[in-house]
Amino acid sequence: MSQAVDEIKIGGIGASRKRVEDNRFIRGKGNYTDDIVLPGMLHMEILRSPLAHARIKSIDATKAWDIPGVHLVLTGEMMATRNLAWMPTLSYDTQAVLATDKVRFQGQEVACVIADDPYIAKDACEAIVVDYEPLPVIVNPCQAVADGAPVIRDDKENQPDNVIYDWEVGDRDGTDRAFAAADLVSKLELHYPRSHPSPIECCGSIADFNRATSKLTVYMTTQAPHIIRAAVAMVAELPEHMIRIISPDIGGGFGNKVPVYPGYVCSILASILLERPVKWIEDKSGNLISTGFARDVYLKGEMALRRNGKILAVRMHTDADHGAFFSDAQPSKFKIGLMHSAFAAYDIPVAHLTARGTYSNKAPGGVAYRCSFRVTEAMFFQERMMQAAAADLGMDQAAFRRMNFVPDEAFPHRTPFGFLTDSGQYAKCLDVGLKAADYENFRRQQAEARSRGRLLGLGISTMTEPLGAGNSREYDILGIKMFDSAELKVHMTGKAIVRTGARGQGQGHETTWAQIVAHELGIPAEDVVVEEGDTDTAPFGMGTYASRSTPVAGAAVAMVSRKIRAKARKLAAHLLEVSEEDIEWELGRFYVRSAPDRGVTIQECAVAAYANMPDGMEPGLDATAYYDPPNLTWPFAVYIVTVEVDPETGVWDVLNMVAVDDCGVRINPMIVEGQIMGGLTEAYAMSNMQFITFDADGNCVGANYMDYLLPTAWETPGFELHSEVVTPCPHHPIGAKGIGECAAVGGPAAFVNAVLDAIKDTGVRNIDMPLLPDRVWEAVTYRRDVSGAPPVRSDD
Amino acid sequence: MTMVYADRGDDTAAEVPLRRIKFTVNGEKKIAEVEPRLLLAHLIRQGLRLTGTHTGCDTTNCGACTVLVDGQAVKSCTMLAVQADGREIQTVEGLATASELHPLQEGFKEEHGLQCGFCTPGMMMAAKALLDRNPDPTEEEVRWALSGNLCRCTGYQNIVKSVLWAAEKLRAQAD
Repeated sequence: MSQAVDEIKIGGIGASRKRVEDNRFIRGKGNYTDDIVLPGMLHMEILRSPLAHARIKSIDATKAWDIPGVHLVLTGEMMATRNLAWMPTLSYDTQAVLATDKVRFQGQEVACVIADDPYIAKDACEAIVVDYEPLPVIVNPCQAVADGAPVIRDDKENQPDNVIYDWEVGDRDGTDRAFAAADLVSKLELHYPRSHPSPIECCGSIADFNRATSKLTVYMTTQAPHIIRAAVAMVAELPEHMIRIISPDIGGGFGNKVPVYPGYVCSILASILLERPVKWIEDKSGNLISTGFARDVYLKGEMALRRNGKILAVRMHTDADHGAFFSDAQPSKFKIGLMHSAFAAYDIPVAHLTARGTYSNKAPGGVAYRCSFRVTEAMFFQERMMQAAAADLGMDQAAFRRMNFVPDEAFPHRTPFGFLTDSGQYAKCLDVGLKAADYENFRRQQAEARSRGRLLGLGISTMTEPLGAGNSREYDILGIKMFDSAELKVHMTGKAIVRTGARGQGQGHETTWAQIVAHELGIPAEDVVVEEGDTDTAPFGMGTYASRSTPVAGAAVAMVSRKIRAKARKLAAHLLEVSEEDIEWELGRFYVRSAPDRGVTIQECAVAAYANMPDGMEPGLDATAYYDPPNLTWPFAVYIVTVEVDPETGVWDVLNMVAVDDCGVRINPMIVEGQIMGGLTEAYAMSNMQFITFDADGNCVGANYMDYLLPTAWETPGFELHSEVVTPCPHHPIGAKGIGECAAVGGPAAFVNAVLDAIKDTGVRNIDMPLLPDRVWEAVTYRRDVSGAPPVRSDD
Repeated sequence: MTMVYADRGDDTAAEVPLRRIKFTVNGEKKIAEVEPRLLLAHLIRQGLRLTGTHTGCDTTNCGACTVLVDGQAVKSCTMLAVQADGREIQTVEGLATASELHPLQEGFKEEHGLQCGFCTPGMMMAAKALLDRNPDPTEEEVRWALSGNLCRCTGYQNIVKSVLWAAEKLRAQAD
């Protein structure tokens, strides 16, 4: 007699199952791109431009060709003869693969050398002589639209200036009317500085073209192998079935490994020309100076308010600096990503957003760095604006937010920009956070400390983020709809393999996808192996970024498991010799409704699928599911930070950080908490130290880890996590919402709000991130706002 | 480490200098012929095919390439292979025995001290150097000892817990 299995014991949903992938990583047996060695493999290095804007007068590679061990030197001119000097971007623009006419940012790819080893290739890059004629440089949107500004994209027809788009969303007239009726208008302007996701592993690829089979295999650091396959088919004009993209273990992605980079394309062409495998592994400077950056948006806005604190309307404008090529990785309908998710958690009748994008002589990018397409900027502005408005009203920060939250009973809720949020318990999350932070008591301590000259501050930030694109009606990249997929094969002995169209980079898919199968079928998680990242074996999917894995691919795993269960039910009916309608399911087991002792396990059904199926039934037990989500998922969080600011030095220390995340059902609580802590650390980094800026000549300040500061174990604060509030997503098959990025999205404003709260007596309204000690000191000492936009501030 | 060059009829290829070095890696004695400019990280990864030692930044900042040289934690991207002559190198592959994991390895798994895994070998080697000289560190001492190693996934809290977990187990084993 079989029995239902205990879900936690078999590693189902809710189990803090230890991670499967750890077994190889802790032994140093991961398989990252740079670990792969193929027979006859050559090595590629890239020569980059030292100048931000310059015409290329000549390139002389003679000396490079003469170095022993050099097999090929590629230049833009050679790429152009194969129609590969330029490639399409993910935002319907073009991007230079190797420069032909001019260079448009410092670090742009100018030439490549392919040699026996990377040392020789580097030597040969140094032997290439490029004659540049410097051109005037643009490093911010203000310069980009100034009269007489040099046109950066003079390669494009119909591009008379540096403006990429002017875009708007929301209700302009309604917003104007609401502002006209307001008691009070609160305003804020700030810059979200350029940052780089900077996974520790840089980008790289190994292209292996086999002339005999005409097949191109590329091992590469990509978060979205199927999109890359489609892109390679288009760019290299190879048939898609002859392209195999393999994304091995990835040493962190955070959005940096979504775009198509020139290095990938060059390694592919080199392999085709040389008929040998060609490996390209970027160095850190190359990664920081040229690959997908994030943010770099100037935001200004205003809020129309009733005297009692009710928000009537919001108006926003963004000026985004996209660099030399518009290559944002984002859904095609939305020019500034999902910026219009701002204020989604608040019950605001009407809003309007205008957005302008411009070119500059900086690296292209605009990737979703640990966020869902510009949501980080949206939530940062939202919570900075909320703080400013509460201060203008003279209201308590928590009370002002609470009175404007979308109430629990109002879901589904249509936001003023048109999103439909599905569920949440916003006030409850705030209550949990305030209690954990001992809010009232802290306010007393703060007042008492201030009387003795010590500056304590408390910052609140909330966020709700649209995660899990699609649905496919509204979300596509290059026209490819944003669904995802899972394939499940149950073997004869009841063991199984799952493949999805996602590609984890540390999120623990190999562990959690098996937990979903365990939850749906009762097959122990340890009996389920997970495989991702090979386009020849995995079903088509859009990859892993924007916290879309669990909302979309995870849902597909649940749905494919249900398909399997439906077939297993027929097998169970056959084995139990009753009709299907008389069968009931409990975890891991079908039984006869009228005789619960009579049952068969899912494993027994699996055997039957291969060894004892009823007449006429197709053998086997496998299925594929493509999941097109009905909506995005909307997790919610409250982050509360307390700090102490030293007015003498401008240094600030975190006293406490409380995070209350409601991400619906948690598949693996341990992994969820790991994701939150990682996000909180990036939030701390943004607010405290991590930014990439440029001087007036377009030199990138922050092209190595000595200038681009990342937090270490020493300064990273501890975090207090709360998981008491669980609001399942009503439309997700297992009630889960995205979580990987929430803390990085909502966290930065909590830190900044805390510092500004500590110095509120100075009347300072804004200090732009990062809140470096010199900026805080300047604000406190001179009682003025400090904005740190590039070029590097003249008084630095 | 054999290199084959195209013979262009001149002596350029013949001029590539090589040095012979002897060293021990994870208890095994080795001899290698290396270019004087070869980095230790590359000798380990390409020459010895021990790919658990990762290279992240090339500038001695990230610590992914941390190994032990004569018991001291060293960032192997900033040491020349020839400087390893006569020395004893330990890499992540030398942590576990055939039958059991090192407590640091167990600790990182138990406390969810890793996500993408790229910084993990360097973190564990830096932690090993700490625990070898200080078997009972405070949280603060662990944070300081690991401050030369960057992690972008975890936020460090669980890494610190992992090291303390390992320290406790090592102390229990020693008793």
